[in-house]
Amino acid sequence: MKRRLQLFLPLAIFLGLCLMFYVALFRENPGELPSALLDQTLPTFELPTVKNPDKKVTRESLLGEVALINVWATWCPACRVEHPYLVDLANKGVPIYGVNYKDDQPEARKWLKTLHDPYRFSINDKSGSLGIDLGVYGAPETYLIDHQGVIRYKHVGIVDANVWKNDLEPRFRHLQKQVRQAQANNREGEAK
Amino acid sequence: MIQRITSRLIVLLLTVLFMGTAYGVIDSYEFSTPEQEQRFFELTNELRCPKCQNQSIGDSNAPIAQDLRREVHRLLNEGADNQTVIDFMLARYGDFVLYKPRLAGINLVLWLGPLLLLLVGLTVLIVVVHKHKATASESAPAAPDEHNADKELLDKKLNRFLTDYLTTHSSEDNKTDGKE
Repeated sequence: MKRRLQLFLPLAIFLGLCLMFYVALFRENPGELPSALLDQTLPTFELPTVKNPDKKVTRESLLGEVALINVWATWCPACRVEHPYLVDLANKGVPIYGVNYKDDQPEARKWLKTLHDPYRFSINDKSGSLGIDLGVYGAPETYLIDHQGVIRYKHVGIVDANVWKNDLEPRFRHLQKQVRQAQANNREGEAK
Repeated sequence: MIQRITSRLIVLLLTVLFMGTAYGVIDSYEFSTPEQEQRFFELTNELRCPKCQNQSIGDSNAPIAQDLRREVHRLLNEGADNQTVIDFMLARYGDFVLYKPRLAGINLVLWLGPLLLLLVGLTVLIVVVHKHKATASESAPAAPDEHNADKELLDKKLNRFLTDYLTTHSSEDNKTDGKE
């Protein structure tokens, strides 16, 4: 009986390889890179915002809440596509910060004025240096960070209702719950 | 006098112009030493463009590749060694930026997988050959005995047959002889 089973070993190995190749070949998004920054804190930076060139924001300006960081630019057609959905999300109360990536500033300001501004503020990353520190390789890219600025998830490409429902929202809600729990525990600890 | 100055100016202008065509194809970076320049080209050829996927950052015209070249140049100017530059890229873009995978983590499968398969194949081959030899040598000493026994039996039968044949046929021969 044991010998019989041994005979099936090559077939099992073959099927295993088939599965591996199938998964690798028919990935949903083969151009997508896994982020090297997952579970790491945001890089430090000090940059002006799009709307106010005199005001400098830093890493600390993004902390405190579970939030999205959306990398966008006016030269990026896909950003134009996802923009209305981001406005929707912002109206629902999701905190979104923008990283205006290597863009023309008057154009960017015009964009926010005419298409509505879903962002708490947009960081002006004119040189793309923050982009490089974030591992951005194209726009749009959307990062999910927790209240301490740890990157928990990255989505490459357009954020739409589907992506939000399936990828982002469950993680977003989960993180929010964790934060609320942690804060409740802290309060209890202080009360004692 | 004025003519000499203008001719010199023209030479200078031409030199600058041709310098432009000779070096303008790649970004106009300045290097403090030729060795540093060499390292810049080596590094930009080893690092893969994250956007264009099958080009090195030295090869690609994508904006991200230009930015990464600029970063490599900046790091080299700051006196970074090659490993520092590579670590910088790895921290941001992961293993993907390396054309030559690192000998660590999940990449060990890439490096050692084929070797492991070869070893498994060889062991299987050796085991099979050994088993085959063992069964062959087990049956080998038995074979001559069987063979001898068969031969004896065959000899006996052949002898009996021959004697029978000879006895019957010798009389027949005599008969035919008698007829002629």
